[in-house]
Amino acid sequence: MSSTTLTPPLTPPPIETPWVLPSRGKVGMFSLIAAESAIFTIFVVAYVFYIGKSISGPTPREVLELPIFNTVCLLSSSLTIHFALGALKKGNRAVFTAFWALTIALGAIFLFGTAREWHHLIYDKGLTIQTNLFGTTYYSLVGLHAFHVTVGLFGLSLVLAFALLGWVKQEHYGRVDVLSLYWHFVDVVWIVVFFVVYVAGR
Amino acid sequence: MSSETMALSPHAVETQSLAERLHGWATTVDHKRIGVMYIGFALIFLVIGGIEAIIMRIQLALPNNDFVSPQVFNRMFTMHGTTMIFFVAMPIMFGFGNYTVPLLVGTRDMAFPRLNAFSFWLTAFGALLMYFSFVGGFGLYGAGSAPDVGWFAYAPLTSKVFSPGHSSDFWSLGLIVSGFGSIGTSVNMITTIVCSRCPGMTLNKMPLFAWMNIVMSGMVLFAISPLTAAQIMISLDRYLGAHFFDTQAGGSAVIWMHFFWIFGHPEVYILIIPSFGFISEIVPVFSRKPIFGYPIMVGATVAIGFISFSVWAHHMFTVGMNSWGNTFFAITTMAVGVPTGIKIFNWLGTIWGGKIQFKTPMLFSLAFLFQFLIAGLTGIMLSSTPFNWQLSGSYFVVAHFHYVIVGGILFAVFGGFYYWYPKITGKMLSERLGKLHFWLFVIGFHLTFDFMHIPGLLGMPRRIYTYEAGRGWEIWNQIVSVGALFQGVAVLIFVFNMIWSYWKGKDAGCDPWDAWTLEWTTTSPPPEYNFATIPTVHSSRPLWDLKHPEDPDWKYE
Amino acid sequence: MNNEPHAPISRASRAAKMLARVAWAALPVFLIALVAVAAEPHDPALVPNIFKPDSTPADHIYGVALFVLTVTGAIFVAVFSLLVYAIVRYRAKPEDDSHEPAQVYGSNQIELAWTVIPVLIVVMLFLATARVIAQIQDAPPPPGTINVTAVGHQFWWEFRYPDLGIVTANELHVPVSEPAESTPTFLKLLSADTDHSFWVPRLAGKTDLIPNHPNSTWIDPHHTGLYLGQCAQYCGTQHGLMLLRVYVDSREDFKAWANAQAAPALVTSTDSNSEAGYGRKVFETTSCINCHAVKGTVADGRFGPDLTHLMSRKTLASGAADNTPEKLKQWIKDPDSIKPGSLMPAMRLTEKDLNALTAYLLTLR
Repeated sequence: MSSTTLTPPLTPPPIETPWVLPSRGKVGMFSLIAAESAIFTIFVVAYVFYIGKSISGPTPREVLELPIFNTVCLLSSSLTIHFALGALKKGNRAVFTAFWALTIALGAIFLFGTAREWHHLIYDKGLTIQTNLFGTTYYSLVGLHAFHVTVGLFGLSLVLAFALLGWVKQEHYGRVDVLSLYWHFVDVVWIVVFFVVYVAGR
Repeated sequence: MSSETMALSPHAVETQSLAERLHGWATTVDHKRIGVMYIGFALIFLVIGGIEAIIMRIQLALPNNDFVSPQVFNRMFTMHGTTMIFFVAMPIMFGFGNYTVPLLVGTRDMAFPRLNAFSFWLTAFGALLMYFSFVGGFGLYGAGSAPDVGWFAYAPLTSKVFSPGHSSDFWSLGLIVSGFGSIGTSVNMITTIVCSRCPGMTLNKMPLFAWMNIVMSGMVLFAISPLTAAQIMISLDRYLGAHFFDTQAGGSAVIWMHFFWIFGHPEVYILIIPSFGFISEIVPVFSRKPIFGYPIMVGATVAIGFISFSVWAHHMFTVGMNSWGNTFFAITTMAVGVPTGIKIFNWLGTIWGGKIQFKTPMLFSLAFLFQFLIAGLTGIMLSSTPFNWQLSGSYFVVAHFHYVIVGGILFAVFGGFYYWYPKITGKMLSERLGKLHFWLFVIGFHLTFDFMHIPGLLGMPRRIYTYEAGRGWEIWNQIVSVGALFQGVAVLIFVFNMIWSYWKGKDAGCDPWDAWTLEWTTTSPPPEYNFATIPTVHSSRPLWDLKHPEDPDWKYE
Repeated sequence: MNNEPHAPISRASRAAKMLARVAWAALPVFLIALVAVAAEPHDPALVPNIFKPDSTPADHIYGVALFVLTVTGAIFVAVFSLLVYAIVRYRAKPEDDSHEPAQVYGSNQIELAWTVIPVLIVVMLFLATARVIAQIQDAPPPPGTINVTAVGHQFWWEFRYPDLGIVTANELHVPVSEPAESTPTFLKLLSADTDHSFWVPRLAGKTDLIPNHPNSTWIDPHHTGLYLGQCAQYCGTQHGLMLLRVYVDSREDFKAWANAQAAPALVTSTDSNSEAGYGRKVFETTSCINCHAVKGTVADGRFGPDLTHLMSRKTLASGAADNTPEKLKQWIKDPDSIKPGSLMPAMRLTEKDLNALTAYLLTLR
């Protein structure tokens, strides 16, 4: 049977032209973010549920310090990625590459800072995932976030490599924008984790 | 676009060698082939899960039976449940969704074809990992290390202390992997439906099966993720000494239940909503009328999608929540029955005043209506918390959920098979064998699951490998077991029908049912590119508009 | 356009039809045979039928159950009849012309009606439900309540009566509760390992025993007798044989039982040359005392059931076997032959030691 090129005798109401639907990349990424948010929510719920329920071991108040510097770095990286995209949209590839690299650097500093914090907690304060409920929920929640930062950095580094090879052009703005959505998500999660673990939970 | 045509009909490209054909299937990103792979995979596991059920029914046919040891029996019920939910029901829905949704919305493929293939292979690998457990560990005798913790794997039974082997690990890791496959397919489905509809197909002109798929996919994103999170947690407990569910360290066994059922309850709606989609496609065509109340059908489904996330603790009424919790979840569970019941009325309204044709797809759909009604009503019984304190954890619940899953979902799926098989293969399934399959399965289904309610009312709990004589359970268990055999025979006839008809069935043509949605405008099977030109539609029944130019749907929509 | 396929039926297809005919014929024969088998004797009072309640919580549940069944039954009859009517009345007749029927897209009034009515039904059901929840869960224990702490183990029940100084296992004794002077039994529910569930259908709905999550339930049986139940939450390999026996005694009988249970074990001297005396020595010098307790002796293990008054119980291994000397000996020698997967280890004793040990345990009345 052929497609609907026959014109019926009655005239149907006109359809919307041009027929434009949302971009696939954005919708796909938002869907993925929805699923990831649900996973993080469960870990946050576990963290909140177990606040004050540890039967032994160090408490958050005793061992946690506010990771201000780390947080500033990570949240600034959202800003730098935003600038990078602005530059790419205008076709300014050098500026894009610079801001993109800065984003990666800030993300890497965040990860390094987390690693230092964990080293301190494990070796100086004696807090591991096995120690008590606080240890369990802290390392799993912060660790899950750090894992997502790591995955994000991989993606960002790939794009940086492509950019340095000269393959990223103005017309790729949409695709790179999709990746930046993921990065912003990772930052928003950190805001929640920061608040729940380092502010409310102590 | 490749100029190769789809090699799904038997008169296909004879020039390819077997290796080339297999390679084609293994590397395909075509939604139709991936759909067929999902469906074939699910059918294999349907048979395996059925064998697991029959083993249990033989063991339970007599009191104090020793057909299998308790260790084997416990693995049987765990694997039967896990297999049927994750490796039969979910893949079938993803398979039919994958195959039909791009055709229904008038596009050439899913939004992310490579993600589509990747998701399928993740699901398949998860299943293989889980089934490897039968031969891993201590080998076949003693059933290896297959999971034996129940399909909902309550903590602390799954902790290292109480499950020292690897059974819990196969369970959580197998499902984490296939869970990622489910999330991938759902991301793909949502994106396809939002971004790839053909011109003119606004959301309110989309076929109901597509609507059901987008609601279901949205639910998967929010339901599978809690399960994945919980499984990561139990793995951390077992291997890194974490204490999420370690009651000795102050952890909570109840929080596992909350996390699991926040997944578990929406999961069953995830399975039934596409089943509603099959019914909503089949019933109108075989009643020769449009669906009654399309907007309400969409609205009710979306409502079910949301409300179903608020009912989960009705699986936990016996856990010792306070009376506020018990009351809240009773009201939400009863509330979700309202949009569900409305759908039954709308299907009744579709049949009413129609000209019903009793072809096999319609037979299965009509049986669905009766059975889903009963299943919903036993669900209402379970929603009343005090009544639940007697009924839960007993064979009444087992009867209820099999009534929904077999009497509802599986019947709808069979209907979908008979309806879309001609489109997928280009051949009609034998009506005679179809009716045989139908009647045998109906008899077996009712023998098993009607009578299964009774031992529950007489105090028989679930998951017991045997029972003592003298409790009045014997006769009912025997009837239930006999029904299982009827169902097994019926399913074998069905599988035979599919194979036989592939070679010997009558040619289907584009539109054997005189239906009205876009998939019937293209050949059977469709070419790889689906449509020669992307269609433009003006209503939810574009073919009706073409066949009835004097009275098109868009005049009324 | 959609004719029946008239392809010749293959041999295999014919075979399938033969099979179906055989099945059809066999069906009534089967059913008759099953009914005949079903007429096996069993005591109806022992059937744990939720519709034969004999205690206030179970009575309340029975009441709300009847209400829910009536409402859902009415809905079923109504919708079922409409479906049957529609299928019969609107079937396509062969002599029909090929005109399509009237294409009806919906009806706001009808759809509103069948939304409002279910909502009202739900409200009704919910109110009935909420009332009974409160009646059962929030009932305060009256004076004269017997307090029991039930601890779930893999795969047996520990029952302690803290006010009466009793520790026993698997078989719960409670006094009958007269309407005039109510003496219910309140059970605190704990678990030593995994999740379990206490379910004696004729006495109450089930309540789970969850580690680190104390629960409670109550029963007030109206008649003396034996009530059967079992664990209703999968707890591991032998969940299936973690049975419950609740003996409801008259006031006097209960007092007598309680006094006997609270007393320490009958003394068997280990010096005498009796087999039981030697058996006690075996008991107290083998790993038995790691798990089991006998009040008044050195045996103080808590992992397994208290054996102080073992012979006062009708069954062994939480109902898996009758409490006879032969079964007792078999249980000690090879527990997996009675309850495979239970946590009782096979005690590798010589025949002489085994007989002596059994003789000793038989003295623990």
